Amino acid sequence: MNFPILSVIVFTPVVAGVILLFFPQDRHDWIRWFALAAATLALLLSLVVFIGYDSAEGGYQFQERAEWIPALGISYFVGVDGMSAPMVLLTGIVIFTGVLISWRLDDRPREFFLFLFILATGVFGVFVSLDLFQLFFFYEIALFPMFLLIAIWGWKVTREYAAMKLTLYLFIGSVIALVGGLVMVFSSGLETFDMLQLQTAGFSTTFQRIWFPFVFFGFAVLAGIFPFHNWSPDGHVAAPTAVSMFHAGVLMKLGAFAALRVGIVLLPEGARFWAPLILVLASINVIYGAFIAMVQTDFKYVIGFSSVSHMGLVLLGFATLNRDGLTGAGLQMFSHGVMTALFFAVVGMVYDRTHTREIPRLGGISKVMPLATVAFIVGGLVSMGMPGLSGFVAEFPIFMGLWRTQPIIAIVVVISIVITAAYIMRIIGKVFFGAMPEEFEGQFGDVLVQDKVALVLLSALLVLIGVYPAVMAPMVASGAEAVLRALGVG
Amino acid sequence: MIEIISWLIPLPPLLAFGLIVLFANRSNRASHTLAIGAMLISWALAMSVFISAVSGGELPVSTEVEWLPTGDTAFNIGTWIDPLTAVTLFFVAWTMLAIFVYSVGYHNYGNARDPEDRPGFPPQAGGIEPMYARFFAFISLFAFAMLALVVTDNLLVLFVGWEIMGFCSYLLIGFWYGKDSAKAAMVKAFMTTRVGDVFLLLGLAYLYSLTGTLTYSEILLNAETLERLATTPSVLGPGTSAAALIALLFFIGTVGKAAQWPLHTWLPDAMEGPTPVSAMIHAAAMVSAGIYLILRIFPLITAGWRHGEPLPDVMVIIAFIGAFTALFAASLAIGQNDIKRVLAYSTISQLGYMVAAVGMGAFVAAAFHLITHAFFKALLFLGSGSVIHGVEHGAHESGEHIDPNDMTHMGGLRKKMPLTFWTFLIGGLTLAGFPIVTAGFWSKDEILAEAYGTNHLAIFIVLALAALLTAFYTMRQITLTFLGEPRSKAAEHAIESKWTMTAPLAMLALFSLTIGWAGIPKGFPVLSSFIPNWVHEFVGATLLEPVESLEFNVIPLLVSVGVALGGLLIGYLMYRRQEAGAPDPLARLGRVYVWIQNKYYFDELYDFLFVRPLFWIAETFVYRGLDRRVIDGTLHGVAGLAGRLGGFLRNKIDLPIVNRSGDFVGEGIKTAGYQGRVIQTGRVQAYLIVGIIFAGAMLSYIFFLS
Repeated sequence: MNFPILSVIVFTPVVAGVILLFFPQDRHDWIRWFALAAATLALLLSLVVFIGYDSAEGGYQFQERAEWIPALGISYFVGVDGMSAPMVLLTGIVIFTGVLISWRLDDRPREFFLFLFILATGVFGVFVSLDLFQLFFFYEIALFPMFLLIAIWGWKVTREYAAMKLTLYLFIGSVIALVGGLVMVFSSGLETFDMLQLQTAGFSTTFQRIWFPFVFFGFAVLAGIFPFHNWSPDGHVAAPTAVSMFHAGVLMKLGAFAALRVGIVLLPEGARFWAPLILVLASINVIYGAFIAMVQTDFKYVIGFSSVSHMGLVLLGFATLNRDGLTGAGLQMFSHGVMTALFFAVVGMVYDRTHTREIPRLGGISKVMPLATVAFIVGGLVSMGMPGLSGFVAEFPIFMGLWRTQPIIAIVVVISIVITAAYIMRIIGKVFFGAMPEEFEGQFGDVLVQDKVALVLLSALLVLIGVYPAVMAPMVASGAEAVLRALGVG
Repeated sequence: MIEIISWLIPLPPLLAFGLIVLFANRSNRASHTLAIGAMLISWALAMSVFISAVSGGELPVSTEVEWLPTGDTAFNIGTWIDPLTAVTLFFVAWTMLAIFVYSVGYHNYGNARDPEDRPGFPPQAGGIEPMYARFFAFISLFAFAMLALVVTDNLLVLFVGWEIMGFCSYLLIGFWYGKDSAKAAMVKAFMTTRVGDVFLLLGLAYLYSLTGTLTYSEILLNAETLERLATTPSVLGPGTSAAALIALLFFIGTVGKAAQWPLHTWLPDAMEGPTPVSAMIHAAAMVSAGIYLILRIFPLITAGWRHGEPLPDVMVIIAFIGAFTALFAASLAIGQNDIKRVLAYSTISQLGYMVAAVGMGAFVAAAFHLITHAFFKALLFLGSGSVIHGVEHGAHESGEHIDPNDMTHMGGLRKKMPLTFWTFLIGGLTLAGFPIVTAGFWSKDEILAEAYGTNHLAIFIVLALAALLTAFYTMRQITLTFLGEPRSKAAEHAIESKWTMTAPLAMLALFSLTIGWAGIPKGFPVLSSFIPNWVHEFVGATLLEPVESLEFNVIPLLVSVGVALGGLLIGYLMYRRQEAGAPDPLARLGRVYVWIQNKYYFDELYDFLFVRPLFWIAETFVYRGLDRRVIDGTLHGVAGLAGRLGGFLRNKIDLPIVNRSGDFVGEGIKTAGYQGRVIQTGRVQAYLIVGIIFAGAMLSYIFFLS
């Protein structure tokens, strides 16, 4: 058997987290460097998977399989396809940059990194799971550390409220999805949780139409679908920087990804039946999030609601159920993950220095933190779909797919790009280039070198995919192809 | 050879941008040397392409490479040199080169930096611009975007250039970001053009989803594809063809970029940027890109239409918006006192001519006017910048505090700034369409002749009226600025600008005079017998089907001569004796004048119709109402209910009934707890270790069982 690379990726973070516990509590430097080493390993391995994946061949690669509880048809079964390989890479990037960004965290870093790593293992696990039970297992592992991370290390004012809200929303969502998943397994008659086999179960149309909403919307809560999005901006704001990055950058994709893999792929008829509703809800997401982001005065809430808006584009892409839309949605998941991690990183850097997130009270950041400014502008241009950057590469196919299904919705949704430009431009103009308030004059310096590495890596990715989409697009397209086959139109 | 050169044309300015940003941002000399050097290389490459194209080389020339593999087919990008590309390259390269050189003098290169000048504010007393290097970096990026947009062979890269230019214009309009007005203008320009851009994006998505390609040759020069698009009903239902809807979506992009009514409001405000930027946006690049787009997609606009037939709906819309904008903006230009704002409205108006021409199917006339306009409008903008510079100097010398842009404080500058005066006069007369000797006459006349010759009398009358107003406001501007006696101390002390500013003016003036001779209509008395209508033959060959040139008709000619001379004369007579502080003669128009001064209240109207409702909806309805009250309110309500239910269970059932029996058990557990206290250290990590060991044990148990 070959080197079990996916398993190593999945378990590297949690093992590293456990090892961290044996470090002396006050040696923060050792802890940070070790955490960085582990994150680097995870990043490099996920890069190996990304590069090693053969898009021309398609399908699930790097498969590993072991019996787990055969009595119940549960196995440990992992593999990646064109949709999940970029997500694995994204997780690697966000964990790596998240550790770098957390360099200045001085409050119990050891425990912080442990929880962050448990979270990472959960996320990696979901992306590579091909067994439904295992998927739920990792899904819950990914959810529970969030509560602690926010409640312990979060923003003092709202952290308990936000942590509770987030946890309740997500657990209720996952329970509903679990019910749907279990019903599928038990009524399939196959006595297996293997999703590749479940795909061939041939559920009746009525069955699919009844159970699709359970699975899809249960997971889509985590993707922030309207009207179940409200946990997310509150959660983003209360969370510490690295957790916000993880949260908006990867975790929301987890919901979208699971909704695609378990909902649309396993219950294609249901997807077709419910697609119009998803289209409507997701377009509300896009516009609604953009509108609210426009009037927020809290820097972090702006980014939080912009995530709600952009995740709407991912769900819209799914709901088109055609090649362009699905490919665009896959690219958008990656692009938005990197972009929003970048945003939250910069917001965190600004907040650490000014101790305020009120946009009217900020200004002149560009003079002190030029690199962070450039990085934020790159992210901003991505979010408004500027061609030459990854946002355009993702949004253009989505709009193409959308136009083909619902031109009216496409016209309505495209207006949101203008609103996105409005709130991004407002922040750039005020926070970065506005006059610096006197109280900040000479009060703080530029970001750390670790921060710079993270910012450069994130912005470079956004540019790379924008300028040369061929590094990722064919892979995602092969993943979309597989979904289309499940839908019976590929 | 041309293939390789066409790839190289946009690259030097991009390289210059990168080098200035990375290495040369501390050195003023290095930054302008890099920028101008790069522009010079691009200019030389562009000229070699142009020359080889006009000297009978095989056209079009195209190349492509694979960029984005999508499914079975690959998305290729490449270059495309056809006659339209060649002439556009010609005027873009020349005007940009002039603007680059001019910027050196405009930003006071050679003077020491004034310690009082702060970045983000215009220099007050002739000191060098504090962000000199940044300026050259930005305009280099701008130039790259425009050149890429011109040489590309597909609409996607065109869109890329289009958007980069939009972003550069945002940066450059707000170059002096310390001024609140500049900050507002940069956002307004970006947002307004973006409204157009998103529709263009939809048009691209639609076109691509129908044809699977965005390459010119496969759509615009493919009769079969055009035929299919023209006969496919659009997604909006039967009645409009797909081609018409796509053309309309693209046209909305042009409306935004070329500042046509109703998306015109950003352009006059964009005057907040440094003057070379105004020339860049209003003449050489951005607005020209808007027109270039509708010229490019001309076959799509006219798909299914033959010359001479009644215009289809989409062309009627285009022609209407163009003609209306031409007159509308010209009527606003007559009431402006800011020298640059007159030119801004004039730009909108002149672009309206081109749009109207496209709407009437007059491809060559539109392209011809695009070329001449680029030269004379760049000349006028740079000339006005030179005037402002001179007056600023005068204001500084005399210690007088006036708005250096305000023409009512000028007058008599012809003696102080002779070179600026003569070149500005040439530019002005060209804009007004002074007969025979100026290029503007030939190109505007061609549009009027088309309107008349194809029996679009309404358009003809509107455009002729606009031409009358054009001649009038031009002469008003020249008279107020240069003629008569100085009306302020600042104007008395004004001096001529440096050679780096005046040399580009002279060069552009030369083109303004001569370029029109390339397009003398067939049948024009005397002249046409020895000068062929080169523009018509060359540019007309861009299209699949060559355009018939119209029979020469003397009526539009007489009208266009009449309105030009008449307007100039009225303007001169009304303003030649204007006294300092005297009211504008137009004030006699009463309320109309107030409306004109307030730009017909469009800014206020849009604020009332769009901006405020948008913010109201976002803040009050969506955020406070829906998100916080309804959604969160429901959530909190449910949570409160659950809490109360919990309280009920605890107080009414749990405590009285369950607990009593439980107390007995509880005591027993308490005892056990005391004994087990030794493992409760209160340290988080100890709990975690125990937890993990326990979880590990559980997992191995499960594995062991299986």
